[in-house]
Amino acid sequence: MLRSPAAGSVPRVASERVTIPAAAARLDPDSRRWVEELAGVGRAHDDAVARLHALLLRAARFEVSRRRAGLSHLRGGDHDDLAQESAADALVSVLEKLDDFRGESRFTTWAYKFALYEAAVNLRRRAWQDRELPIEPDSWQQLASRLASPAEHAMETELLEAVQRAIGEALSEHQREVLVATTLNGVPIDVLAERLNTSRGALYKTLHDARRKLRGRLADAGFDLAGTGGGQ
Amino acid sequence: MMGSDPGEHRELLAALLGPAGPELTCEECFEQLDRYVDRELVHGGADADGALPGMRAHLAGCPACREDHESLRELVRTRDSR
Repeated sequence: MLRSPAAGSVPRVASERVTIPAAAARLDPDSRRWVEELAGVGRAHDDAVARLHALLLRAARFEVSRRRAGLSHLRGGDHDDLAQESAADALVSVLEKLDDFRGESRFTTWAYKFALYEAAVNLRRRAWQDRELPIEPDSWQQLASRLASPAEHAMETELLEAVQRAIGEALSEHQREVLVATTLNGVPIDVLAERLNTSRGALYKTLHDARRKLRGRLADAGFDLAGTGGGQ
Repeated sequence: MMGSDPGEHRELLAALLGPAGPELTCEECFEQLDRYVDRELVHGGADADGALPGMRAHLAGCPACREDHESLRELVRTRDSR
């Protein structure tokens, strides 16, 4: 079972806040109320913390519900335990980072992202718990054969063969491992980061550098990569 | 295993090669995600992309941040419609 606060209870958090962030002066009325009450003390603060916990719990349950299909191995009660745990962690994060809120979004949108993040990380971790990660460092060598009908897709086959060569020639062993695990074998980047004892950001930097090397190698070989990566 | 669908080829290449242009880091993406979503929902995606260049490219290249973005946008959209 996951650890979680008793159902319906608000986790105990330190209530030492006395400074109101400077940005509070330009917040929308609802966000300003949240910030002032959470930064204050006494009954209004306690009530605001309870409302914030309820809001974060709704967000965490929303995320668990969205991803429930991939969690068939969890029992029904575990879903809510996971949401409770995520909401409790998010509550601590929101209160710790309250000074960082600049009012560039609504307070509720800002707070939601912490609960969704905690829930998503917990869900991915649970989905891969006790599973061997399919890193398969050599699986990239069959990349071009992933095309079912290579003769009908000569251009794609040629490009994939070039990508396959570039993976072997241009990347370090660590870059290959990260690229293959996250892009070919579907391992979530934060799950891989945890197993490799590093951070999601650091691992994405590795992936980013690997992709840049591949693009450079392919461009040097004369391939037109326009429209291949999305996000443009 | 990939089939012969051209869309799957594009997805495979996109996953391997990632976005072409400059992109935010995961930390910058998380930092700006609430601002991006509120702008998307109030002013539209073009306005959000104009205010936060590099966000869309990162979301295209990072599946975990993309999931975070989709969840936040859906949650805020659902709550706003009530």
